[in-house]
Amino acid sequence: MELGRANIDVFAETLLEIARQDRDVLVVTSDSRGSAKLTHYCEILPDQVVEIGIAEQNVIGISAGLASAGKKVFVASPACFITARGFEQIKNDVAYSDQPVKIIGISAGVSYGALGTTHHSLHDFAALRAVHNMIIIAPADNFETREAIKAAYNTTHPLYVRLGKAPQPHVHAEGSSFTIGKAAQIQNGRDLTFIACGETVSIAVAAAHQLAADGVTSRVLSMHTIKPLDDEAVRKAAQETRAIITVEEHSVYGGLGEACAALLMQQGASLPFKIVGFPDEYLVSGSQMEIFNHYGISPNGLAETARQLFLSR
Amino acid sequence: MLTDLELKFKSIEYRKTILRIIRQARAGHTGGDLSSIDILNVLYNHVLKVSPATFTDPNRDRYVQSKGHCVEALYTVLADRGFFPPAELDTLCKYQSHWIGHPTRSVPGIEHNTGALGHGLAVAVGMALAARLDRRSYRVYTLLGDGELDEGSNWEASLAAAHYNLDNLIVIIDRNGLQITGSTEMVNPLEPLEDKFRAFGYTVRGVDGNDTQALVEIFNQVPFETGKPNLVLAHTIKGKGVSFIENSLKWHHRVPTDEEFDLARHELDQALAQLDGRLYGIGTG
Repeated sequence: MELGRANIDVFAETLLEIARQDRDVLVVTSDSRGSAKLTHYCEILPDQVVEIGIAEQNVIGISAGLASAGKKVFVASPACFITARGFEQIKNDVAYSDQPVKIIGISAGVSYGALGTTHHSLHDFAALRAVHNMIIIAPADNFETREAIKAAYNTTHPLYVRLGKAPQPHVHAEGSSFTIGKAAQIQNGRDLTFIACGETVSIAVAAAHQLAADGVTSRVLSMHTIKPLDDEAVRKAAQETRAIITVEEHSVYGGLGEACAALLMQQGASLPFKIVGFPDEYLVSGSQMEIFNHYGISPNGLAETARQLFLSR
Repeated sequence: MLTDLELKFKSIEYRKTILRIIRQARAGHTGGDLSSIDILNVLYNHVLKVSPATFTDPNRDRYVQSKGHCVEALYTVLADRGFFPPAELDTLCKYQSHWIGHPTRSVPGIEHNTGALGHGLAVAVGMALAARLDRRSYRVYTLLGDGELDEGSNWEASLAAAHYNLDNLIVIIDRNGLQITGSTEMVNPLEPLEDKFRAFGYTVRGVDGNDTQALVEIFNQVPFETGKPNLVLAHTIKGKGVSFIENSLKWHHRVPTDEEFDLARHELDQALAQLDGRLYGIGTG
């Protein structure tokens, strides 16, 4: 897999292209234009930026008001803060009031690495999944990011896109398609399915390559839309392969893995199943990659999880 | 345009309706409804450029009721203004009704869903900012309770209102002095409130928030000062209009018994009769 750019860079570039064509597009920031890679956007389109300062509740509330008056609002703010400090405003002023605010959670998951728990967002899928009328997207690579931002622009309902800041390998081949709520199959296999999202998808692909050397073939799904979940893709994975491993840069509580587990359990599926994410503890300190490796979100770690899963049966 | 006497008639009729629907629903925020109804009366019958026909017009004035729990007052005025049939008021808090205990956009005439305190002002700031960006001349009015000012989000939103010079934003505080536990000054003191709002960049006008004439005069002065958000500190009496409900803590969300309802209705009918006398020049004046 060839290494691309950081998804956040692709977000900023895509939004600039869209905003140049539509003067109603606004980006709302919380003293976060630098981290959101929007400095260039702000220079080119200064009239399409609303700076609110370090006040996430206010960022969301004001964005809801702007959207209700017809502005096409993208909020760009660190995922850890905007989905926690701004949660009640997201729940009431955006989702419940059905204001089509597009919330871009930047530097998500453990992107901030050793800055610690205050700066990690391991809760955002869980929190927002429980809010009605909220689409949740975690793009894997530059292609999915570009398509997700374009789709967000065309969506007339609330939506959350979660982005990291590390350069991402291209997991998609040219000519791929992207639809909100439809998993993207990166590769096919018979034995195992990895259902991953965001910056863990390329790691799952690498793990699948390792396992192929052992004669284990893997399907890899980029489940870029956490909600609404692509039920059919999950069901088919359970029917057509022998085991499922979900992978996410999130707590094992309440995220992609539990969404898949709940679906399969209620469908009566019975197959080896493992949720890979962060356990219920304060995470080890380190860079994003070091934290990933520590918790088995690595090609070696996922391959080993797969072997254990087959051995356990 | 209604005369002040006509507005005063409406205020009393509205109070009767509010008590009737709260009694029927067995739920409602009686005290705050009665403190804020004169403000809503003046807004919808004199100030706001909005009607059922213009509710989707991008140039309409907006009203966001941040103190969403006083929804019975809002429903009563919206029904009177023709946003929906008055019969819908009888469905208040009933199974499958849209007319629930806090405002939602499922009800015609409601701009924004509220109910959690400390949310309306930021939304109103966003609407007022959009008017600026789009060079539209509409105004945005929002009503906050005084107890609600404990929420820090109001002060965040106030910073932004001043920063963006939103003189098309009119923030009204229903300063009845009471919240559910006791007086605002006992629970978490707000005074000196005018000074605080001035320091945050508002131009502040105090007014008797239960005097329709005074409210009309204040709203006629908007914008108070070019380039600064407007703040109307409306001094009101919680439970205003019914002697035994006025300034009584227990009436925050008490539902009147049949006996209390009859007493209240009697008082309000007497007030109406007095106004009738004034109208026909035979009263006490």
